[in-house]
Amino acid sequence: MKYQGTKINPSRFDRSQIKFFVILSLLSIFMILPILYIISTAFKPLDELFAYPPRFFVRKPTLENFRALGDIVTGLGIPLSRYIFNSILSSGLTVLLSVFISAFAAYILSKKNFKSKKLLFEINTIALMFVPVAVRIPRYLVIEKLGLLDTFMVLILPLIAMPVGVFLVKQFTDQVPDSLIEAATIDGANDFYILYKIVIPIIKPALVTVAIIAFQTSWNTAEPSTLYINDDSMRTFAFYLSAITTSTGNVVEGRGIAAAASLILFIPNLVIFILMQSRVINTMAYSGIK
Amino acid sequence: MEIAYKKREPNLEVVNMNTKKRYDRWAIWTMLFPYASLFILFIAVPVIIAIILSFTYFNTVERPKFVGLYNYIAILTQDEVFLKYVLPNTIKFSMIVGPCGYILQFLLAWVLAQIPKWPRTIFALIFYSPSLTSGVAMTVIWKVIFAGDQFGYLNNLLLSLNIIEKPIQWLQDPDYLMTIMIIVALWGSMGIGFLAMLGGILNIDPELYEAAYIDGIKNRFQEIIYVTVPSMRPQMLFGAVMAIVNAFSSATIGVDLTGSNPTPQYVGQLMVNHIEDYGFLRYDMGYATALSVLLLLLIYCFSKLANKMFASND
Repeated sequence: MKYQGTKINPSRFDRSQIKFFVILSLLSIFMILPILYIISTAFKPLDELFAYPPRFFVRKPTLENFRALGDIVTGLGIPLSRYIFNSILSSGLTVLLSVFISAFAAYILSKKNFKSKKLLFEINTIALMFVPVAVRIPRYLVIEKLGLLDTFMVLILPLIAMPVGVFLVKQFTDQVPDSLIEAATIDGANDFYILYKIVIPIIKPALVTVAIIAFQTSWNTAEPSTLYINDDSMRTFAFYLSAITTSTGNVVEGRGIAAAASLILFIPNLVIFILMQSRVINTMAYSGIK
Repeated sequence: MEIAYKKREPNLEVVNMNTKKRYDRWAIWTMLFPYASLFILFIAVPVIIAIILSFTYFNTVERPKFVGLYNYIAILTQDEVFLKYVLPNTIKFSMIVGPCGYILQFLLAWVLAQIPKWPRTIFALIFYSPSLTSGVAMTVIWKVIFAGDQFGYLNNLLLSLNIIEKPIQWLQDPDYLMTIMIIVALWGSMGIGFLAMLGGILNIDPELYEAAYIDGIKNRFQEIIYVTVPSMRPQMLFGAVMAIVNAFSSATIGVDLTGSNPTPQYVGQLMVNHIEDYGFLRYDMGYATALSVLLLLLIYCFSKLANKMFASND
């Protein structure tokens, strides 16, 4: 066979690609059906939820479920908007802080020379394997000792230190030429200035990726609200969703409400990822562990 | 690795003045401090506490009592539930969700790399989006698909096709629960690791393929074995670590899906659930943390294995 150039990353459609399209289409149906289900169920009126046989797609879409969602919460004494506000505030702060401290740490680990540098990065790479659920109990003890129980900060602080974030940003910062930084140092710039003016513009894709990962972790998790907070007015929307699914999720009329809540939880993730996806893929090219 | 990664030039200390060094040290510690302190507080210290407590009896009310290796011995010799259900379940679940999910991720990423950019982006988004629904939202969907009455989609489909005669209690039936957990976990596994591999494949220098064909590679399978995988080893390793972590972090789905801990007849019981059972339900923290330490060791061993397979040769 004569070599006719690589088929990887083709610039246009070719008939030989049809088989790949077939495989991908079949798989994507399996992947996307559950998501279509949420969307469709969220807009189903009560009689369609009860319809037998159950129909997958909604016939007469309504916003009833979203309204009912608001009503349940008033029953608990705290309005839905409060949970959503808590979620937005805590996720926003988590994103902001994790991006900054990851950029700081990555810059030092990539561009400075000091004795324990290699060791520290090694420790961080090992920490990629860290599974928070495994140490829920000692984590709880630490948070209790620090006096963070029932404070708003407990929604944020445990999530900010992300080994995977520092790892990705550090690998990306390695691409920034050292000569650029040396030149700036000779001109008398300090490290914060160099980071802000020279490094951050170059490593933006990696920081966007960290922001997305931080947002997903914070926005989706109900764990801090469940474990560390007793005061309902400080809990997040993800917690609220898990609370209503355990109380109403199994009965048929609850399904519409649960789906509506899931949709509210899912949409921001999706929108942010769609807007940023090219930068994320760009970052991932440098994600390797050497 | 020369192609995907620019070798870093040796970092020559150009300015070697004393003042600069002192300033550097200040900058290093101030900029590293926020991350380092949070890392220590919420990652390192909990792991250390887990190790220490695992050698004690601690019921949260009295002071921890040192009991040596008792907890570990008890886990490995007396804990019937652990040996009979939890350990085999955990190994089965993580062996399938980890390696199979990983191979699936690579193959999908490779297939995606064969099509033009626009459709690729859309498909990648579809495959990635389930991992966005992680946690609570996920159980909402699957609980209804696998609901035990005739309103459940799967039951309804099978009933209308006359494959089954009466609805099956999918989530309560020990015969099905594990399979369902694995399907759900695989469905949500196309996360960062998958994107990393896609990025890795797309980043390979096309000239490498050309050179390989001149050297006598005959087909696309050989291309994967001799060019694609070796050129993206670092991403393969990153993807492997992410797959392992994902396999163990998604381990609460058995309890999420059935809504009870322990799961019916312990069929969906995994390490993480067993830890919570002892820690948060029985308040035997020493025992629970010993289980945590074993779990972390298990994850570490898996990752070491991945390291052996994909570590760079240079």
